[in-house]
Amino acid sequence: MRGKFAAEAGEKVAVEGNERNGRLARVAVLASFCAFILLAMISVHEAGYPDAAQMDDYFIENGQVETGSNNIVAAVTFDYRGFDTLGEASVLFAAATGVFIAMGGLKK
Amino acid sequence: MSFEDQGLSFIVKNIACVLAVPVTIFGLYIILHGHLTPGGGFPGGAVMATVAALFAVAFGKGIFGRAMRRDFLLMLESIGLGAFALLAFLGLGSTFFRNWLLGTGLFFGNAVPFGANPGFLGTAGVIPLMNIAVGLEVFAALSMVVVLIFSSEAKK
Repeated sequence: MRGKFAAEAGEKVAVEGNERNGRLARVAVLASFCAFILLAMISVHEAGYPDAAQMDDYFIENGQVETGSNNIVAAVTFDYRGFDTLGEASVLFAAATGVFIAMGGLKK
Repeated sequence: MSFEDQGLSFIVKNIACVLAVPVTIFGLYIILHGHLTPGGGFPGGAVMATVAALFAVAFGKGIFGRAMRRDFLLMLESIGLGAFALLAFLGLGSTFFRNWLLGTGLFFGNAVPFGANPGFLGTAGVIPLMNIAVGLEVFAALSMVVVLIFSSEAKK
């Protein structure tokens, strides 16, 4: 009787210890994540001052002349990197057609 | 109207009809001015497709039987993607996706002055045409998804 009771008490202590360890592990994970985010925020670039600015300068200086578009983003997406946009439009087409077929659009 | 017993109340239906006009015009504005202001075919088409969701919520599921046929939307979507790819292939005289219309002085073919300018609609060559094609495709695709989801719910 007594031995069984002591064993149960020991189990209870062990479970409590596991819970404490789990809480410690969670706090450690959270703290390391916060430290990582803080370090990343501190070491992030200042906006508008990239390390390699050659491509930005090229687009700003030649984009209007080469594409005739005031919007440099449109110039990049539809002229300089038009192939990427073609793939993007194809993905959207495939997705919508897949929904069309999956919803039984082909049969009357 | 035969939709009177479906959907939300009389007020919501009327407001949805009133809102559909400015929302569509705003989407067309975003598509047509894609080479001048932020925006373009993708966001403009998404704004125009909002009208389909608005009507689905306001009028219930029965409205899509006649107003927006799914085969028609699939055809519009195919036309949009085909026109986009065709405009890209038409530049194959020099390279794929060459801006062949720029500088010819034709439709949308005027050059733009360097630096800050007020923005002229008839510039940028094929970019506005591609924006229109992509806008048509995105509008048709998203509207078709909304129509299909709502009309499949109606069957159950």
